[in-house]
Amino acid sequence: MAAIKKMMYINRTAPHGTVYALEGLEVVLIGAAFEQDVSMAFMDDGVFQLLKGQDAGDTGIKNFAPTYRALGDYDVQKLYVDKVSLQERGLVLEDLQHLTYEDEDEDYAEKPSIRLVSRQELSVLMDQQDVLFNF
Amino acid sequence: MLHTVNKSPYEKNSLQRCFEYATDGSPVLLIENGVYAVLAAGSHASMVEEAISQHQLRVYALGSDLKLRGISKEQMIAGVLVIDYVGFVNLAAESDKVQSWL
Repeated sequence: MAAIKKMMYINRTAPHGTVYALEGLEVVLIGAAFEQDVSMAFMDDGVFQLLKGQDAGDTGIKNFAPTYRALGDYDVQKLYVDKVSLQERGLVLEDLQHLTYEDEDEDYAEKPSIRLVSRQELSVLMDQQDVLFNF
Repeated sequence: MLHTVNKSPYEKNSLQRCFEYATDGSPVLLIENGVYAVLAAGSHASMVEEAISQHQLRVYALGSDLKLRGISKEQMIAGVLVIDYVGFVNLAAESDKVQSWL
């Protein structure tokens, strides 16, 4: 068994308009099966992917926002959101979906997956990765 | 002339350019990722508010595109008018041509 790698998926696009966000999420979910150390970063318009209350109505467009809630079950527990990108868009943490994971080291306590980070903090985290994927 | 903008103002300058070119009183319709411009607390809100107040641009946003993206009425700039697909067709029909800022 090869050593576990640290992999970060960087999301910089809005959920709709291009296929990057949906494809990125699908790659994360598929990749999660390989038991690597996976994290996701959301910056620029990528922060819009996590907005609460997305509703496709009768547009016929696939609303994949609820799929982010499955990430915790796939052991994707670290979703880093660039604080400045959120602020620029007039958004706060409460505008984002409440995403959680169960911490197996603490009797499966439910913990929030989203962590607001500064660009400096995110830069350090990126530097610690073995692989970076961009969507 | 009807102007439509389908790109996020946080990603591209399409909306800014649209506002620079649209003549006073023109209708500007935000569709697809263009609707992110309506966020009242966002850094591009003042540009939209100025277009409405100083250039009398009639700024519309397509309701289903707002809903799809999770943008609520409470988060929106007050002067932006929400319309549906019928409203979109009416705007296009009453305009002699359409400029789509991509």
